[in-house]
Amino acid sequence: MTSSNGRPPILRVEDLVTRFYTPEGVVHAVNGVSFELGEGETLGIVGESGCGKSVTVLSTLQLIPRPPGKIESGRAWFHDKDLLEMGSEEIRHIRGSQIAMVFQDPMTSLNPVLTVERQVAEPLIIHMGMTKHQAHDRTIELLQLVGIPEAEKRLADYPHQFSGGMRQRVMIAMSLACNPQILIADEPTTALDVTIQAQIVDLVKRLRDEIGMAIIWITHDLGVVARLAQRVIVMYAGYIIEEAPVRELYASPSHPYTLGLIGSLPRVDADQRQRLTAIRGVPPLLYQKPVGCPFAVRCNYAFERCKENPPLMLVGTEHRVACWWNVLEGRERNVR
Amino acid sequence: MSDDQVLLKVDGLVKHFPVLRGVFQRQVGAVHAVDGITFEIRRGETFGLVGESGCGKSTAGRTILQLYRPTAGQVTFDGVNLVGLSREELRKMRRRMQMIFQDPYASLNPRMTVADIISEPLIVHGVTRGDETMERVNELLEVVRLSSSFGARYPHEFSGGQRQRIGIARALALNPDLIVCDEPISALDVSIQAQVINLLEDLQQDFGLTYLFIAHDLSMVRHISKRVAVMYLGILVELTSVKELYAHPLHPYTQALLSAVPVPDPVIEQSRQRIILVGDVPSPVNPPSGCRFRTRCPIAIEKCAIEVPEWREITPDHWVACHLA
Repeated sequence: MTSSNGRPPILRVEDLVTRFYTPEGVVHAVNGVSFELGEGETLGIVGESGCGKSVTVLSTLQLIPRPPGKIESGRAWFHDKDLLEMGSEEIRHIRGSQIAMVFQDPMTSLNPVLTVERQVAEPLIIHMGMTKHQAHDRTIELLQLVGIPEAEKRLADYPHQFSGGMRQRVMIAMSLACNPQILIADEPTTALDVTIQAQIVDLVKRLRDEIGMAIIWITHDLGVVARLAQRVIVMYAGYIIEEAPVRELYASPSHPYTLGLIGSLPRVDADQRQRLTAIRGVPPLLYQKPVGCPFAVRCNYAFERCKENPPLMLVGTEHRVACWWNVLEGRERNVR
Repeated sequence: MSDDQVLLKVDGLVKHFPVLRGVFQRQVGAVHAVDGITFEIRRGETFGLVGESGCGKSTAGRTILQLYRPTAGQVTFDGVNLVGLSREELRKMRRRMQMIFQDPYASLNPRMTVADIISEPLIVHGVTRGDETMERVNELLEVVRLSSSFGARYPHEFSGGQRQRIGIARALALNPDLIVCDEPISALDVSIQAQVINLLEDLQQDFGLTYLFIAHDLSMVRHISKRVAVMYLGILVELTSVKELYAHPLHPYTQALLSAVPVPDPVIEQSRQRIILVGDVPSPVNPPSGCRFRTRCPIAIEKCAIEVPEWREITPDHWVACHLA
């Protein structure tokens, strides 16, 4: 298992399998995912739409709609308790206070008919047992913390009176209300403009350093991950296909998919105009569990052995990859 | 620059949308979506138009193609001023100017087969008849690297990237000179974006196309464009070659925008100093006086609130609108 940068793990997910039973068939969304999150660590989960990155995290918090979703197996240890075994009351208490979430679209996660004060203060009253008066003061503090100008005057405003970036700040204020140990951010900056995205990323970075919470940052943007994360998991077709400390991952990406993703990105700081190395084909629809390596059909390195699904193999300090081919050395990987 | 090198000339283009209120729909104001932009696109080049959402870049693209009739200004395409042309005259010109849209889900009619979608412009403009049409459709499908057997299928059967290829095939049907690409890849997954960009580059080579590439992604614009204009709240703030813009950005907005783009490299990214802009883009109904960027500008002075900065050429081919540049 992962040592997560030597920190004691605060969250440990083991062999998670989630499927969706839809009228069109069974979607194999998550196919046996295991990872750890260290205390105070920032973990990036990267992948394209439909790779299972959100479902993985939503499953651990019992937030997927059931039905059609079903967690087939797995464990999610938060301290000494399995989140997947908890009753709805217990998990709700954890979600509101110790593990907080921020979603992509703040407009759909905020209640449009309640004032911002009501929404930020609610968890303070429910989970922290504050009085209305205490909650009022703390709400102002929180809104100031996330950089909302003239916070006191804006308490009575409704979500539609805030801009996209400001709404995301309100979401972050809400999520921080109960001093969570883990903040889960699911594509929180995807809908925002770059200058606003930069504001939010730097805000989260500052808050992390001040408060010391662990963060899981789910995104398709390898640039944002490079700025924020200490360790990165790359997902494809419901599997973790590579996992490494952030610098290691970008310096020596070892899965052909990771390599392809990095190659498909033009860089704002690069001068030469190279042709982008596109990955051919499209990500699979997961109506069948892939036989063999899920990436093989799109892979330029695929060979005979890829008919067998490779497990995550250790290839460096804390660097794991699920691939039979050693791309860096151009030969088959030595295992077994 | 000699005129025959220039394919498209946009001169003081303005597009305002009325804000109506009350029972009688009285006009109470106007959204200044595009408020006087001037630039030229040369034959065979890719011209990037970047800006954040709401800056007016898409409106600019549509107004250039006369999909919106401009409030003021001129658009000269290959020597012909498009503003003021009759519908019929404009229809003839439209063959030479096409558009690729952002959303490949909304821009294809779900009730039409792929072949119908691609052949529609051919039929509308009376370019081909009968068997010829199907031949041309198959040829176009091949050009965008789709199987010709896809013609009989419907858009919902395809992925986002494939749909975008269908949209590209439709745009190519009439052999246009200019294609306005309005955020053509921002709805696609990263691995698919590169496929579409490579395809657009190949097509430009093969057919000598000129692109107006509208996007918010500065890295992609840097990759594909030769010259770039940066737009903010309805106006251009800077325009120059891609090399110059990224090496020597002169406008504080361009500088902030460039520093805000994350670089996929943790070594650089975690130590990079960024200019973080405060606040949000003001409303285009009441743009700020003087320089429109002054409310967020880290170096604004008093003059910026009073005087509109002149659009001037600071070094050859490097235009900027800032008092302090």
